[in-house]
Amino acid sequence: MKILEGELKSLKQEITAMFLLVQSQMEKVNAALIKFDKDLAREIISTEKRVNAQELNIDRECENIFSLYQPVAIDLRLVLAILKINNNLERVGDIAEGIAKFVVEANNPFHKDLLEKTGIIKMFEEVLLMVDLIETAFTNEDTALARSMFVRDEVLNNINMQAVKNVADYIKQYPDNVEEALFAVSIVRKLERVGDQITNIAEEIIFSVEAKVLKHSKKKQKQ
Amino acid sequence: MYKIETTNINLFYGNFQALTDINLLIKENTVTALIGPSGCGKSTYLRTLNRMNDLIDDVRIEGKVLIDGKDIYEKKVDVVELRKQVGMVFQKANPFPKSIFENVAFGLRVNGINDQKYVAEEVERSLRRAALWDEVKDKLKKSAFELSGGQQQRLCIARALAIKPSVILMDEPASALDPISTAKIEELIYDLKKNYTIIIVTHNMQQAARVSDNTAFFYLGKLIEHGVTKEIFLNPVKEATQNYITGRFG
Repeated sequence: MKILEGELKSLKQEITAMFLLVQSQMEKVNAALIKFDKDLAREIISTEKRVNAQELNIDRECENIFSLYQPVAIDLRLVLAILKINNNLERVGDIAEGIAKFVVEANNPFHKDLLEKTGIIKMFEEVLLMVDLIETAFTNEDTALARSMFVRDEVLNNINMQAVKNVADYIKQYPDNVEEALFAVSIVRKLERVGDQITNIAEEIIFSVEAKVLKHSKKKQKQ
Repeated sequence: MYKIETTNINLFYGNFQALTDINLLIKENTVTALIGPSGCGKSTYLRTLNRMNDLIDDVRIEGKVLIDGKDIYEKKVDVVELRKQVGMVFQKANPFPKSIFENVAFGLRVNGINDQKYVAEEVERSLRRAALWDEVKDKLKKSAFELSGGQQQRLCIARALAIKPSVILMDEPASALDPISTAKIEELIYDLKKNYTIIIVTHNMQQAARVSDNTAFFYLGKLIEHGVTKEIFLNPVKEATQNYITGRFG
């Protein structure tokens, strides 16, 4: 094996570890929200430091590969893609931490009716599936699977667009729960952002494998 | 119109075919890097552009090489005139055992130019263009051998420029130089392309990526891929090109 191939293999292992770490953060924050588990929420906030440290570690590995091995062609595209995927994953980690902070700050458990009516439960299901699938797409260099993220993201976007109306309806029904209803709007917005981060990652996987730049292209062209 | 047009070039050394059906178009005022493993034909191709292969016994060339639209292999072509138009710089600096000044003036004198004022002006102009003037202006009468390897190579470039070529061929011009001298040669190539069409053979992938506008990948005597350098190094079309530039070859 060439030295660079060894370095790229190691880099892939590190970004896979980052995928799994962020996936775990999202799964835990889902559980913390539904079960109103403040201890679990605090654990997520604490683990965010590991996410940040791993981001820096991967950044440094990419820098080393650029400076020491000057990768080109498919190798260059892989390192560039991993650098950006890393950044997107770190932001997903930030979002998990942000939702965990709501759980810590909230005085009462989130009303099940609120989580359902705002679509948060559905969004979490979709986000957790997308995080899992995008990791598989990266590992298997599966650009068809990566492309399927653009369709899945539409589900999140649609729920997000309905969020204000749904929360308004909820507040009319439960006027005493305004504070947690507002938290819910923020959570919807954050989960919608996770969808965007995952589609960004999908674009990077496609760039890495097919050398096609989909950034800023229209959705139909992406699919 | 292209500066250089090579069409269906086949070249044989005796029974051995060194180049097969090479078709390559090169635009004026560009740098084209020829890359490929040793023995792939890139230097042989380079030498077809100023008929240096004519000097080798038992060589046979088929196809056409047009420079400025004229076939350089036509019988009436004066090879000496051709080589004035198409200058060449070699891997190892090869200054003549003469002074720095006389090395650059040599080509002019061989061509019968003896006007001292004109020769001095052309020597200075060539040394300036080769980015060497400031380093040698106070020691023009010193032997060229007193210069460092990198300076000697730039002197050879100045010598080539003095006869006012429009095409410069470079066969691994920086492979024997340290990184600072290499950087100077590369900067020089970048500056020279404003006025010259440059074709460079290099084994250094990063150098090809840094200095050239277009890259041609040769393998086993064939031109495998030719395109814009940025594309070749980001997304080569042919798998063989990708394997070569990423070091996975063979």
